[in-house]
Amino acid sequence: MADVIASPAVHTADHGHHADYLSDPEHKGIWSWMNTVDHKRLGVMYLWCVLAAFFVGGLFALLVRLELMHPGEDFMNAEQYNQAFTLHGAIMVFLFIIPSIPAALGNFILPLMLGAKDVAFPRLNLASFWVYVTGAIMAVTSIVVGGVDTGWTFYTPYSTSTGGAVTMMTMSVFVLGFSSIFTGINFVATVHKLRAPGMGWFQLPLFVWGIYATAIIQVLATPVLGITMVLLVMERAFNIGIFDAQIGGDPVLFQHFFWFYSHPAVYIMILPGMAIISEIIPTFSRRTIFGYRLIALSSVAIALIGFLVWGHHMFTSGESALAASIFSFLTFLVAIPSGIKVFNWIATMYKASISLDTPMLYATSFLLLFGIGGLTGIFLGALSVDIHLHDTYFVVAHFHYVMMGGTVIAFLGGLHYWWPKMFGRMYNESVGKIACGLVFIGFNMTFLTQFFMGSQGMPRRYYTYLDQFQPLHQFSTFGSWVLGAGLMIAAVNLMGALRGPKNAPANPWGGTTLEWQTQSPPITHNFVGQPSIEHNPYDYRNFKVPSDAV
Amino acid sequence: MSQAHEASLTEHGGHGDDHAHDHHPFHQHHFATMEQQFDASKIGMWLFLATEILLFGGLFVGFGIMQSKHSAAFIAGHHHLDWQMGALNTCFLLISSFTMVMAVWAASNNRNGNKQGILVTNLLLTLGFAGGFMVVKYFEYSHKIHDGLLPGKFFHYTGPDLVPNMFVFFSFYFMMTGLHGFHVLGGMGAITYLIIRSLKGDYTSDYFTPVDLIGLYWHLVDLIWIYLFPLLYLIS
Ligand code: HEM
Ligand SMILES: [Cu+2]
Repeated sequence: MADVIASPAVHTADHGHHADYLSDPEHKGIWSWMNTVDHKRLGVMYLWCVLAAFFVGGLFALLVRLELMHPGEDFMNAEQYNQAFTLHGAIMVFLFIIPSIPAALGNFILPLMLGAKDVAFPRLNLASFWVYVTGAIMAVTSIVVGGVDTGWTFYTPYSTSTGGAVTMMTMSVFVLGFSSIFTGINFVATVHKLRAPGMGWFQLPLFVWGIYATAIIQVLATPVLGITMVLLVMERAFNIGIFDAQIGGDPVLFQHFFWFYSHPAVYIMILPGMAIISEIIPTFSRRTIFGYRLIALSSVAIALIGFLVWGHHMFTSGESALAASIFSFLTFLVAIPSGIKVFNWIATMYKASISLDTPMLYATSFLLLFGIGGLTGIFLGALSVDIHLHDTYFVVAHFHYVMMGGTVIAFLGGLHYWWPKMFGRMYNESVGKIACGLVFIGFNMTFLTQFFMGSQGMPRRYYTYLDQFQPLHQFSTFGSWVLGAGLMIAAVNLMGALRGPKNAPANPWGGTTLEWQTQSPPITHNFVGQPSIEHNPYDYRNFKVPSDAV
Repeated sequence: MSQAHEASLTEHGGHGDDHAHDHHPFHQHHFATMEQQFDASKIGMWLFLATEILLFGGLFVGFGIMQSKHSAAFIAGHHHLDWQMGALNTCFLLISSFTMVMAVWAASNNRNGNKQGILVTNLLLTLGFAGGFMVVKYFEYSHKIHDGLLPGKFFHYTGPDLVPNMFVFFSFYFMMTGLHGFHVLGGMGAITYLIIRSLKGDYTSDYFTPVDLIGLYWHLVDLIWIYLFPLLYLIS
């Protein structure tokens, strides 16, 4: 075979082992990290930050669930409970899930996959990181100085009249938006201009397609959130008369502005998750991915149609029947590209010789959980059903199945997939699988119950409930402990590996994309020489799986 | 079979013989060529402009909805704006856009410094017109402040033509022109930076990316004003 990719073993033997980006003698000390423009180091710093946010947001979640063990006040009153779920939601959405995959894993992997030395604008990347840190500090400050009890959606008129640190929190969201925009601009320009020679649009790995579609949404939707937050602060501070009905404003206008960003934002959250799944499944099935173009283009379709469905959050807010019907129809439409992806992944796995290593275990969990999350989205998109289910635990369960069961599970799968590449170390495979199993079981215990409660009328955002719901609520709380335990075990497993020797081969899973063609961890300039592309990604017929792959 | 094109090895300092043109002082190492670097920057700038349009877009939509809600108040409010001053400012910005185009043209044709003078002069002129715009805005704002025509809760105008909800018009007037004004100030800072670097002779036909990009930004600032002017000053 003429155009077999050089196996990494041959490759490194050719050039010898180079100092990697973590131990590069030219870039040493804390300062070299603080002002680094290396996309890999920025990705790693982002990773520690989003993991910290995930931890804090997770603690609030456990508190919320604990309060719900019994009806009535256990250890939080209504006021404190409102703050707890608001902080949980705001931290999880703005500090964790939106930056998680693109800014942490994407930053690290995307340029490597393109065969590039860095992103297009390395200094903008650094700025994005520090703007994120600034926004995070503001968010934490708002918790300390007064708390926020509006819910992560900041709906008016409550948000313009309640006390607490709403202004600080919304300004933090504004600042975080810039960080997201910077990342988006960077990735779009990088994908357009820094592809390796010979890498056409349809030779891009699907992870790149997903992150590219995400970046477009980040650029086009986030400014609207920015101006919405500014208007909200103005209304709170100066009574400008836009959202407050008492002075002639329109509170529903806020909902439109908010969801014009936040519905596309749910695709900022899920597309990167789908992007990871599109890498893991072919690698562990040793199969050329089925329907490459459909998966690639469905990301773009989701990104575009996703801008037209925001009204499905306002079916019960007095939308005209015509508008509601149109939004409902478009909501059904946007589910089609997601379905296309799921079927293509399953077709890839059909009759393949699948190896169920930890990343693949997460990917299969994703298929199931995202399937449930997506299908229940269709329920909610149906007008008559949504009147019954709106603002109940059914909605809570739906979005946790997509955000946690989808994105977070994919993020964990991606972490386990690229951990050897990022840090050069293998983690304990059996512990990884056990953790994944606990996460899967705990997650379903926590949230499957909430579909039942919601359909029976349990409203969301209350610290107390009717006695009839207690068994399911308690079961859900027990589930949250199993879930928490699974996540802790996964964290200890990954972190523990960092203390071991750098034992990861360049391509431990037999992946076909370019990031596996450089050593683990990569050198500061990513590749020795300029890699070029001689075959399509996932082309296992022309790819020799290296002998040291697991 | 190997993925590496040995000619472009950089880690070993082993530059190939045909790489002399790569050594432009403003060439960043992660771009293969100067053209690639220029194209990437240009994409970045266009995307940034898209975010700006969407940012202002939110305000325009809010304005439109509030105008249809309080049309009498908006019409009464706009009678307090001085359309002549607005028109003067429109002229300032239009001319400044032209001088900016000239600056970009001069920079992109600047070989051996032969267009250096035109470049610096036009940048200075652009800066001057932008400054003129801000001066006119200053007088307009002072007048509104004096009359109590202020946003939100600061509104305390008591004249005979007072209409309920007139403050909403001035909330939008100040937010929109204020945000635009900040963009003009930002542009003035950026143009000052261009002037300093032009004086050092940094911009030639080989490398004039910052002039080109800030030029694009400046046109957008003008364009937004072209929409703001009729919207705020000329409604009926
Ligand atoms: C298959 C595609 C999907 C459909 C058809 C869909 C549909 C819906 C609908 C109609 C609602 C409004 C329910 C209500 O409030 O009454 C909703 C809520 C929500 N969805 Fe989805 N959805 C989909 C995918 C996703 C994804 C991928 C995510 C995130 C990753 C997501 C996150 C959310 C969130 C966070 C809410 C609740 C917002 C809140 O009120 O706090 N959805 N979804
Ligand atoms: Cu939505």
